[in-house]
Amino acid sequence: MFNELWFLIQKEFRLEWRQKTMLTGMLIYVISTVFICYMTFKRIIDVPTWNALFWIIMVFAAINAVARSFMQESRGIQLYYYTMVHPAAVILSKIIYNAALLISVALIHLLFYSLFLGNEIQDMTMFLIGLLLGSTGLAATLTLVSAIASRASNSPSLMAILSFPILIPLLMTIIRFSRNAIDGIDWVMNASYVYVLLALIGMVVTLSYLLFPYLWKD
Amino acid sequence: MKNIWWKAVCIILLMYTVTMGFLGDVPAMAILNESIRNLYFHVTMWFAMMILLMVNLYNSIKYLGDPVLRTDEIAEESSRMAMVLGILGLLTGMVWAKYTWGAWWVNDVQLNGAAGTMLVYAAYFILRNSIEDEQKRGRIAAVYSIFAFAMMIVFIIILPRMGDSLHPGKGGNPGFSSYDLDHRLRLVFYPAVIGWTLLGVWIMNIRLRIRTINKSLES
Repeated sequence: MFNELWFLIQKEFRLEWRQKTMLTGMLIYVISTVFICYMTFKRIIDVPTWNALFWIIMVFAAINAVARSFMQESRGIQLYYYTMVHPAAVILSKIIYNAALLISVALIHLLFYSLFLGNEIQDMTMFLIGLLLGSTGLAATLTLVSAIASRASNSPSLMAILSFPILIPLLMTIIRFSRNAIDGIDWVMNASYVYVLLALIGMVVTLSYLLFPYLWKD
Repeated sequence: MKNIWWKAVCIILLMYTVTMGFLGDVPAMAILNESIRNLYFHVTMWFAMMILLMVNLYNSIKYLGDPVLRTDEIAEESSRMAMVLGILGLLTGMVWAKYTWGAWWVNDVQLNGAAGTMLVYAAYFILRNSIEDEQKRGRIAAVYSIFAFAMMIVFIIILPRMGDSLHPGKGGNPGFSSYDLDHRLRLVFYPAVIGWTLLGVWIMNIRLRIRTINKSLES
């Protein structure tokens, strides 16, 4: 299974490298949104607003990007996978690929966001850890939701409906954590949010591993 | 008519709840005053909702293991009934919030958790409606419902423990168990939970029977 997983991850990255549509699309989306925010706000001094806007842009970018991960594949390819590989390898490879994609987008997003709207972050390491965990969590949750949505009709709109309520616990934790990082609050206070985030990611990955086999057999 | 006993129990328990809820003795508390009686309605409806959501979870898992259409129908109807109880619990909670905290809606983790749960199950019904094939609908809805339930547990049980809440027993507030020195509240509370749950199961049962009749009329 690990060989399959490794091949599928390589395949995802190679496909991305050849087409470059997903990454560039997401980057243009994020940068233009940040630029629009810059033109409306100029600079954001208020920490909660800065933080909330950062994550809202991130969530919308993530939903748009991850929604495509199952819908872009034709039924033929999915049938081919079905005969060739273990289902868990498919979902895990997509989660890992989406996590890598979202982390890189999040970093570039942070760069442009602080360039245009100002940077009030006091504990940068902590904020980056939050960014890493948050992007991974978003990727894991949205990959499973996209697998669910791709099975139903009118899936693009369904993707947003299904993912928003499920993302709320993750978002609330990550927004609180990164707000504490911006305010420079000590690890003693903030570490518990890291545990919750890790537990959430672990839970979502385990559930994906267990539930995905039921989703892809037709 | 052979299974009538639990319906009788349901009626008796709910009559008891309403009578004792409005007329029984309650501990005299500052701020809460007589509004403490809402404990018998608001909290118990939430308990009944959680029990019905567990019925939904159980049937969803069961459906994935053994896809029988009836299991999926039970899962759908139980979550629908849970939604009704949830809305009632939310409304009674809002009334309570107005008279003790001063606003219909306060920014409290628990309230947001409740609203989030409603949204999750609303999405569950939309997902169900967008899949035509019955077998496929059951399977995909079951996957979403298991996933949603896990997230909901985090949302309404773990997260509220982390932040401050206005609710009793959290954020330094004393819980109801410490008010209830002579167990008067408990004597009504637990029967009320059972009563509301049985009422939910009863309505669910009738809806399932209507579905069976409709199906046999169609074929």
